[in-house]
Amino acid sequence: MIDDDDRTLARALGLVADRDGADAAVAAAARFAATAPADAWYAVEQTPVGTLVAVATPRGLARLAYEDFDGGLDAVLDDVAARLSPRVVEAPARLDEVRRELDEYFAGQRRSFDLPLDWSLTTSFARRVLQATAAIPFGRTSTYAAVAAAAGSPRGSRAAGNALGANPVPVVVPCHRVLRAGGLLGGYTGGLHRKRVLLRLEGVVL
Amino acid sequence: MTRVAGPVPFQRLLDAERDVVWRFLVVAVGREAAEDCFQETFLAALRAWPRTGAALENPRAWILTIAQRKTIDHHRARGRRPVPVGAVPDGPAPPDGPALRLDGDAWDRARALPPKQRAAVLLRVAGELSHAEIATALGCSEDAARRSVHEAFKRLRKELEQ
Repeated sequence: MIDDDDRTLARALGLVADRDGADAAVAAAARFAATAPADAWYAVEQTPVGTLVAVATPRGLARLAYEDFDGGLDAVLDDVAARLSPRVVEAPARLDEVRRELDEYFAGQRRSFDLPLDWSLTTSFARRVLQATAAIPFGRTSTYAAVAAAAGSPRGSRAAGNALGANPVPVVVPCHRVLRAGGLLGGYTGGLHRKRVLLRLEGVVL
Repeated sequence: MTRVAGPVPFQRLLDAERDVVWRFLVVAVGREAAEDCFQETFLAALRAWPRTGAALENPRAWILTIAQRKTIDHHRARGRRPVPVGAVPDGPAPPDGPALRLDGDAWDRARALPPKQRAAVLLRVAGELSHAEIATALGCSEDAARRSVHEAFKRLRKELEQ
């Protein structure tokens, strides 16, 4: 007497009939990740400024990494595992809202982001600098000295520059709008070419 | 960015082990029940991950050990005889014979193996585990694991020769 389990066993072990086994495993893994009670979820997004890795927690968007500039997906995830939580899985549906707002922004249909943010990856000073930066309107620019002053540290323009360089959520917190005094570009967490692209997208004449 | 040894993102375990876990579960409990066992296996793994994520030396053996437990739960829930662990008759471990090529017919003709042998051979063939890893998964000695795998192969070979 051969029961059904044994037939399945026979097929899969024989590696002869279960040709969709790998697809089924991929689908089962995706179903798991989509509903897993993880601490963080991520998705890889293609945008006009390159591939972005978006990482969200139940609180909101915690990280938006330039995949190439930050050492590749594995390095981004290693960093998230070390600094946020290792319980992170790929769950694109959890980042639908992030994707939608980014798409709208790059299509010129959105001038500010409404996404909830998770500030876990920032220090309190950096958070003040980034919050001051988030207040710079679309299409306008400010200076390191000005955001430092707005963050309550008038002489801290270098520290503010460091905080902006470590901005965990570029684009959404528009650190590309912060320039050096005299209109010099300064630096950018995704590379200067991207700072130029983003500023042009917003109609800033360089 | 320099990569340093640190906590491993859970997705990496899922990517690396999903195929082998799926294959193991399909052959252990059947295609239909494999889905639930798969979800339960990775859920248990995720819950344990913060403590073990950084230090796991053998993630495959670890996740298959969890999967093996889920198949026992499954069989128990269905009122079947669970796969026994531990006690195996003493005796000299026979040497492994030549690798046996398994195809569908071989398994059809082999019919049901004793539960312990079936679990051991599944972990060996579908899970690609070493004898030491199988021993860990089944909670028996390495010799006992080796013996179970050997007995299962011997039995299958006998069926094939008929």
